[in-house]
Amino acid sequence: MNKKAKYHALKVDTEKCFGCTHCMKSCPTESIRIVDGIAVIDAERCVDCGNCMRACPVDAIYVVQDDLSQIELYKYRVVLFPSVFIGQFPEIYTEGQIYEGLLRLGFTHIFEVEQPAEWLMESVKESSEEVTEGPLISSFCPAVVRLIQCKYPSLVDNISRRKAPHDLAAHFAIQQLKKQGADDHEIGIFYVSPCSAKMAAVNQPVAEKESIVTGIINMKDIYNRIMKLIPAQEHTDTSAFRKHLSREGILWSLPRGETSWYKKKSMAIDGIHNVVKFLERLENDEVPHFDFLELKSCNQGCAGGILLTGNRFLTVERLQKRAARYPGAGQITISAWDKESIKVKLVSEKIEPRPVFVLDENRARALDKMQRINDILCQLPGIDCGGCGAPNCHALAEDVVLGKARMSNCVFLQKKYVKEHKMKAEKAYSNLEKVWGKKRFEADCNKKGGRNEGF
Amino acid sequence: MALELEFKITGGDFSNAGKASSQIKKVLKQLNIDAKSIKRIVVAVYEAEVNVAAHAWEGEVKATVGENDIQIVVSDRGPGIENIERAMQPGFSTASKEVREMGFGAGMGLSNIQKNTDELNIESHAGEGTIVTFRCFYS
Repeated sequence: MNKKAKYHALKVDTEKCFGCTHCMKSCPTESIRIVDGIAVIDAERCVDCGNCMRACPVDAIYVVQDDLSQIELYKYRVVLFPSVFIGQFPEIYTEGQIYEGLLRLGFTHIFEVEQPAEWLMESVKESSEEVTEGPLISSFCPAVVRLIQCKYPSLVDNISRRKAPHDLAAHFAIQQLKKQGADDHEIGIFYVSPCSAKMAAVNQPVAEKESIVTGIINMKDIYNRIMKLIPAQEHTDTSAFRKHLSREGILWSLPRGETSWYKKKSMAIDGIHNVVKFLERLENDEVPHFDFLELKSCNQGCAGGILLTGNRFLTVERLQKRAARYPGAGQITISAWDKESIKVKLVSEKIEPRPVFVLDENRARALDKMQRINDILCQLPGIDCGGCGAPNCHALAEDVVLGKARMSNCVFLQKKYVKEHKMKAEKAYSNLEKVWGKKRFEADCNKKGGRNEGF
Repeated sequence: MALELEFKITGGDFSNAGKASSQIKKVLKQLNIDAKSIKRIVVAVYEAEVNVAAHAWEGEVKATVGENDIQIVVSDRGPGIENIERAMQPGFSTASKEVREMGFGAGMGLSNIQKNTDELNIESHAGEGTIVTFRCFYS
């Protein structure tokens, strides 16, 4: 099993973070705690879904990205991006104008990752034979794959052992460029990511030895750069770059993009909290038979990606209109030899479970800890205020038993202990300072938070 | 050392049938029980919960989570099972039309419990209720 440290794309800017708890409350795996007034992400539990980044009111959560200037090192500078990238631009900008913007940024070749999507889908369909029980689960969304690894380990064998669309596009781009005489070392592949999960997965693939991509670019960053130099009119014809793009490919990353391809008895779910609810049921055998499940972490699929600028519904709208102008996958012809030589590269290694919620490897000790959690829960107020720095009372009880927190972190128990003369008021105050930082208690009229947030 | 868990079930309340099995599943996962055993247990508990919701007036699930096994007692106050042997047969059901229309009552409940457990005992008194006791050993 791969024991190397889990790579994460999400980081906390300790200068900006002021411990407001928004992220802590939105995390689907309860991986965030507040320590010394700052959000701290547990690397084992985090699945890089980006919900924390979405919830943060002060942009304190950011993604690690590669420097765009490194493209200069390569003769063939390839940009790969999912079609939602086009979808997020206002409709006054044509695809041609956006493509020209990318060329002006210094790229020499442009590939949308969904071409030729039909090869990957064919391969995904074939992978259904490798699943012995239950539905085939798409490996498309890396946040979902990581969620299943850590929270639903019994379902890892249901995940399709096929790589992601960016792998397909990268292999395809390399193949096409080599035909034009390019050497491997001359090709730089830069992937524009719509979300933190794909950034993490491209950097540290779940079931591959190493990533095929040279650099990863934040979609928000490149959107802003293009808006600065996008031409008012089209000057050159860039349509050759899109000749392998199909209607199905454009809709691929949106809800039902995969199921409408897969057909049979399949279902699509978007939104990580919806996915969690469904996987709970699937694991309990409480759902009818399905052949295929498309699970996407963001609402509206990748159109709702955390690094997109446009509104997710407008993005879907533009892509649907765009798809209608493109040929169906069956009408696109590429040589069968090209297809077969790439399809063999799309098979990934086995995905391993990574359960992170186990209290103790030893069952007797785990049982003892569970009992203590229940005993502690009897003492806690059960209102999940987050005042202790954990997302809810149950999480605090777990932290206490695992030696990561103390019962006296609970602000209610502190009052009780002081009243019962079990704790000095000074001690209770210093406990609060440990969680929330000393500055939190200084009067400050410029303090962030608590001012009609969310209205 | 064993952990006791208790859940109430109301007859006819299918929306909450499944709460006990979900909670038990969470506990078992944290205890590092293997996925296959968890699945067997969860399926058996869920079937028992649905049985209470479908047939009885009210009932409860008591789980004793031990180091090597789990014991579950599902007791209800309800009409009881007239012929236990017949009720165990796959496909046999006395579920009402309403229950069947909701997608339950296919007659697989008890046989599914038997399939997924290591020990099963059913005790029933007509007009009073039923006590289903089962045990699963972790592999």
